[in-house]
Amino acid sequence: MSNDTRLPLWEVFIRSKRGLSHNHVGSLHAADSEMALRDARDVYTRRMEGVSIWVVPSALITASSPDEKDSFFDPAGDKAYRHPTFYSIPKEVQQL
Amino acid sequence: MTLVVADAAAVYTLRIADDCLVLSHRLAQWSSYAPTLEDDIALTNIALDLLGQARALYARTAELDGTGRSEDDYAFLRDEREFVNCLLVEQENGDFATTIVRQLLCSTLQLAQWQALTSSSDAQLAAIAAKALKETTYHRDHATDWTLRLGDGTDESHRRMEAALATLWPYTHELFENDDVTRDVVDSGVGADPEPLRIEWDAHVSRVLDEATLVRPDGTWQPAGGRRGLHTEGFGYMLAEMQHLHRSYPGVTW
Repeated sequence: MSNDTRLPLWEVFIRSKRGLSHNHVGSLHAADSEMALRDARDVYTRRMEGVSIWVVPSALITASSPDEKDSFFDPAGDKAYRHPTFYSIPKEVQQL
Repeated sequence: MTLVVADAAAVYTLRIADDCLVLSHRLAQWSSYAPTLEDDIALTNIALDLLGQARALYARTAELDGTGRSEDDYAFLRDEREFVNCLLVEQENGDFATTIVRQLLCSTLQLAQWQALTSSSDAQLAAIAAKALKETTYHRDHATDWTLRLGDGTDESHRRMEAALATLWPYTHELFENDDVTRDVVDSGVGADPEPLRIEWDAHVSRVLDEATLVRPDGTWQPAGGRRGLHTEGFGYMLAEMQHLHRSYPGVTW
């Protein structure tokens, strides 16, 4: 299964039910977007995991670098006032 | 027909059931051998869909033929000559191209057939068809997508697809065979008329082959006999493998 050099890699996102956002579930190799979508259906939704699928070429994703972790994320560490803790959330709101 | 069976409808549902079971087993043989993990799962998913369709049809056949046999009886305790599947579904997997071509030719027929059978006068068969329709729509899409990519792909994939078509095409004539059983079930409204199925099948297969830059083979050899229990050489080996466990350990469960 040395296909890494031939077929491009795709990231798969699944919406588990209406109203929720698509979540990253994994990746797969496929020749093009249509095949990637079909493969994602076969590999990731066999047990009724989803109602909608996105596939994105992995190469198009720009990721933050672990080297920049300190400057990217640490400054938010001591800014508790950014958390909206002053609001009470209605019980009916389950996904926020 | 040399088979002595009271009810043509029972023979008809048995034929479709055997088509599903045998094709399912052929696809299951790809398990852990497919070219990619993605298609390993895709082919075995399709195999499981077909197995489910076969089970429902065997259950209905057992009611129609009055024998009350179980699904296992049909699958594991009949000999080669008692299977009435068409020859196309039993053809060996070959390379991936051969399996894809077989899938295209089979699933295109099955889709047209399920569509027709949703209005069968047999309510149970109509219900089985309605459920199978969604599954088989996906099977045909899968085969169509791969045919386009392999046919219009590299020189090597194109060459393999041409070879697969040449090997399998002769067996397609049998799919639209008319005999006493088909005539009887068409009259009673239980079964589908082969002629409109052939026209629909032809339209889809021709369009896909054209788009895939593949040439439709011609030739006059038209092997048949599957519906009368006369099968090709590889089928006996497949059956031996499929039935071995059940026959060696009768009633085994796990």
